[in-house]
Amino acid sequence: MKHPILHPGMNLGPHHGQAHYDAERVTFGFWVFLMSDLIIFGLMFATYVTMANPTGLAGGPGPKDAYDLTNVYAQTMVLLVSSVTFGMASLAMRFERGSGPITLWLCITLALGLGFLTLELLDFSNMVEAGAVPSRSGFWSSFWGLVPLHGLHVFVGCLWISIMMIQMRIFGLAPVIKTRILRLGLFWHFLDLIWIGIFTIVYLGALSS
Amino acid sequence: MNPDDTIHWLIGRLGVSSLPILPAIENPTASELVGAGAASVAIFGAIGAVIFITWLGAWKTLWFDWLTSTDHKRIGIMYIVLALVMLARGVIEGVVMRTQQAFGLDGGFLAPDHFGELFTTHGTIMIFFVAMPLIAGIANYVMPLQIGARDMSFPVMNQISLGLTATGAALIMISLVIAQFSTGSWAAYPPYTGLDFQPGPGPDYWIWTIILAGIGTTMSGINFAVTIYKERAPGMTLFRMPLFTWTMLCTSIIMIFALPPLTVAALMQAADRYLDFHFFTNDLGGNMMNYVNLFWLFGHPEVYLLVIPAYGVFSETIATFSGKRLFGYNSLVFATMAIAVLSFSVWLHHFFTMGQSANVNIAFGIASMCIAVPTGVKIYDWMATMYRGRIRMSVPMIYAIGFFYLFTVGGLTGVMLANPTISYQVHNTLFLVAHFHNVIIPGVVFGLMSGYFYWFPKAFGFRLHEGWGRAIALFWIFGFSFTFFPLYVLGFMGMPRRSVSYTNPAFEPWMMVALFGAGLIFAALVSLFIQLRVSIRDRENLAVPVGDPWNGRTLEWSTSSPPPHYNFAVPPTVEDRDDFADAKAKGRAYQEPDAYEDIEVPENTPIGMIICVFGTLLGFALVFYIWWLALVSAVVIVVAIIARTFNLSTTRTIPAAEVAEEHRAWLAQVRATKAVTREAETKSTNHGLAGLETAPSDGEPA
Ligand code: HEM
Ligand SMILES: [Cu+2]
Repeated sequence: MKHPILHPGMNLGPHHGQAHYDAERVTFGFWVFLMSDLIIFGLMFATYVTMANPTGLAGGPGPKDAYDLTNVYAQTMVLLVSSVTFGMASLAMRFERGSGPITLWLCITLALGLGFLTLELLDFSNMVEAGAVPSRSGFWSSFWGLVPLHGLHVFVGCLWISIMMIQMRIFGLAPVIKTRILRLGLFWHFLDLIWIGIFTIVYLGALSS
Repeated sequence: MNPDDTIHWLIGRLGVSSLPILPAIENPTASELVGAGAASVAIFGAIGAVIFITWLGAWKTLWFDWLTSTDHKRIGIMYIVLALVMLARGVIEGVVMRTQQAFGLDGGFLAPDHFGELFTTHGTIMIFFVAMPLIAGIANYVMPLQIGARDMSFPVMNQISLGLTATGAALIMISLVIAQFSTGSWAAYPPYTGLDFQPGPGPDYWIWTIILAGIGTTMSGINFAVTIYKERAPGMTLFRMPLFTWTMLCTSIIMIFALPPLTVAALMQAADRYLDFHFFTNDLGGNMMNYVNLFWLFGHPEVYLLVIPAYGVFSETIATFSGKRLFGYNSLVFATMAIAVLSFSVWLHHFFTMGQSANVNIAFGIASMCIAVPTGVKIYDWMATMYRGRIRMSVPMIYAIGFFYLFTVGGLTGVMLANPTISYQVHNTLFLVAHFHNVIIPGVVFGLMSGYFYWFPKAFGFRLHEGWGRAIALFWIFGFSFTFFPLYVLGFMGMPRRSVSYTNPAFEPWMMVALFGAGLIFAALVSLFIQLRVSIRDRENLAVPVGDPWNGRTLEWSTSSPPPHYNFAVPPTVEDRDDFADAKAKGRAYQEPDAYEDIEVPENTPIGMIICVFGTLLGFALVFYIWWLALVSAVVIVVAIIARTFNLSTTRTIPAAEVAEEHRAWLAQVRATKAVTREAETKSTNHGLAGLETAPSDGEPA
C-alpha cells in the first residue's frame, strides 16, 4: 500500500510527517471514547423506547401532540449539510490547502451548528407550550433526557470549533492542531449519526404509533 | 433580600444541624456517639495528616513530585495510598456492623438509619474507593512496565482520572462530618432513593460521588486500553504480553462499556431528584425497573472488572513463585476474554424475583452458570503451573492457596444462586452477602493484597517484611472464613440482609462466630499498617535496588527498583513470552545498549488537582443546593481544561547523557551485587539480583 492507513477514518497521510504518526494514538483513543459515548446514547434510546407506551405517557400529551416534523426536517437537513461542510474542512486539511479554506469551511460548519441549535430550541419551546415537559410524564422525561443530550453535544462541538479556529490563528497548523481537528471531525460526524437515530426512532417512530 | 434569604442563598440547605457532633451532645445515645466519633476521627485524621506533612517539611515535595506529577508510577502509588485509607474506613464499618448484629437480638446499639448509612457507605467505599483504586493503582504502576512502555498514552488524562476518583472519595469522607449519607444501599434503588422517601442530602451524596468517580474510571479504561494497544515495545506482540496486562485489557474494555450505564442511571436519578423528571418515580409513568436494569448492566460487569485483574496478579505470582512458565497461556487469555464478554450477558440474575417470566429467568440463569466454565479452566491452569514447579511458599503463594480453596466455594455458591429456583429462596438473605464477600475477598482482595506485596519492592526499592506479610495473609484467610461462612447458615435460616436487629435467638451464636472473624480481619488491617511501618524502618536490610527480588519473568523486573522516570533507558526488544526470564537464561539481560537517546517525558501539570478540588466543591455545592458555588466550580473546571489546551509545550527532554549516566551507574551496581538463589530471596542478602538456577539445588550459600 502506498499510504499506510494508521487508524479508521480519514488519515492525514504520510506527507504530513509527524502529525500523521502522532494521529494514530490520539485518534484511536478518541474512537474508543466515542464507543463509550455511544453506549450512553444507546441506553437513552432504550429508555425512550420502554417509555413510549400508555403507562409511560401517564395520560399526558403524546408524541403526535408535540412533535413538529417540519421543524425536525429542517434540523435534520442543517445538521447533515454541516457534516458535508466539515468533510470539506477535513479534505482541505488533508490536501494542505492552508488554514484559509479550513477556517472558511469550519466557519460554515459552525454557523450550521448554531442554526441547528436555534431550530432545536424553537422546537423545544413549542413543546413546552404544548405541555410536553419532563415533569409531565416518564415518556417526556425520557425524551428530554435523550434529545437535549444530543443538543448539548452539538453545543460542545460548536465550542470546540470556535476554540480550534482561535488556536489555528495562534499556532498555525502545528501537528497537534491538525490531530485535534481530525478528532473534532470524528465527533461532529458521530453527532450526525446519533441524530439519524433520533430522527428515525423518536420522530418517525412517533408517526407509526 | 432579607437576611434569611441571603443565608439561604449563601449556604443552601447546609445548617448547624448538619453536623453530627451536635445531635450527639443533645442526645448522647450510643448510635449518635458512634457517628460523632467517626466524624471526629475523620476531622482529626485530616488535621493529623496536615501536621505530619508540615513536620516532615514535605509540602513542596508533595506538590511538585506527587500531586502535579504525570508519571504513571507516581499516579499508581497515589491511587494505592487512597485505597488503603479508604480500606481502613471500609473494614472498620464492616466490623461495626458485625458488632451491631452480634448484639442485635432485639435491639443492639445502632439506630436503624445509622445502620443503613453504614452498609451504604461500606458497600460504596469498598467497591469504588478500595477495590477499583487498588486495581487502577497496580495497573498504572505495573502495566506500562510490563509492556516496555515509557508511560501511559495519555498521562494528563491519567492524572485527571486520579483527581476524579479522589473527588468521589473526598465527598464520601465529607459526608461523615456534614449531614448524612444515603441509607439506600450501594445499589441505590429508587423510588426509595427518590425525593419522596429521602428528601435529605444523602442520596445526592451518593449520586455525585458515583458520577464523578465513574467518569474518572471510564477515562482510566480508555487510557489503559489505548496504552496496551499502542505503546508496546518492539517485539511485544499481543500473545507475548504478560497475563496481568491481558487481564487489564479485558478490564479496561469492561470499564469503557460498563461504566456508562452507571453514569446514565445516576444522572437519571439526579434528574428525578433535581429537575422533577419521572424516570423512576412511583407516579406519572416512572419505571423503576429501568433503573434496576441499568444499574446491573453496570453492576455485573463491574464484579468481573474487579476480579479479572486479580486473576492477572495470580497468574504472575503463581508462575514466579513456582519458578515455571505459566501453564496454558493461550487458554488463560481466551478464558479471560470469554469471561469479559459473558459478563455483559447475565445482569438479570441480580433480580430474578422482580417479575420476569420464568423463561427469561432460565435464559439468564444458564448464561450465568456458563461463566463458571472459563473460570474453572483458569483454576486448573494455575494448579498445573504449580505442578512440578519449585514452589516457594512465600506471601503471594499463601494468598494463592487461600484463593483456590475459598474462591472455589464462592464460585459454587454463585452457581447455586444462578439457579432461579434457589435464588427465590435465598435472595436478599445473608446467604447472598456471604456469597459475594466470598468471591470479593478471596478473589479480589487476596489478589490485590498479594499484588501489593509482590510489586511493592519494584516501586520502593525495598521488600515488605515477610513475617508480617504471612501473618496478614493468614489473618485474611481465617478472618474471612470465620466471618462469612456463618452467614451462609444464617441465610439458610432466613435472616434477611441489611437487618439492623432480629428476634430469633437461634441467629445469635452464628453472629458471635462472625464477630470473632471480623476481629481477625481487623487484625489483618492493623497488621497491614504495622508491616508498612516495620518495613520502612528496616528498609536498609530489605533493600533490593537491582530490581529483581523474586527472580521475575516479565519486563518490569528488568529495570532498577524504583525504576527511573522514563522506565527503560532504551526501549526493550522483546523476543519471547516471559522475556526477562528468557533474557536471563540467554545472557541478554543487563546489557549496555549501543547508544542512548534523548527521552521526552510529560511535564508536570496542576490540572488534575484543579479538577479534584473544584470537582469536590461542585459535588458538595450540588448536594447542598449552593447554586452559586456549583456554577463557579463548573466554570473553573471548564476554563482550566480549555486553558490547558492552549499550552502546547507539554513535555520536557531528558538528555541522552543523563540517561547514560544513570543507566551505567545501575549496571555497575548490578555487576557489584552478589546474586541470590530463590531459597534465599527472603533473606537480607537479597539485593534484587537473582542467581541462575538450572539444577534443582546447586549448593549456593543461602
Ligand atoms: C473486610 C471485612 C468486611 C466485613 C466485616 C464486611 C461486612 C459487611 C456487612 C456486615 C455488610 C452488610 C450485610 C447486610 O446486608 O446485612 C456488608 C455489605 C457489603 N459489603 Fe462488606 N464486609 C467486608 C469487606 C468487604 C469488601 C472487601 C467488599 C468489596 C470490595 C465489600 C463489599 C460489600 C458490599 C458491596 C456490601 C453491600 C452493601 C449494601 O447492602 O448496599 N465488603 N459487608
Ligand atoms: Cu452478577
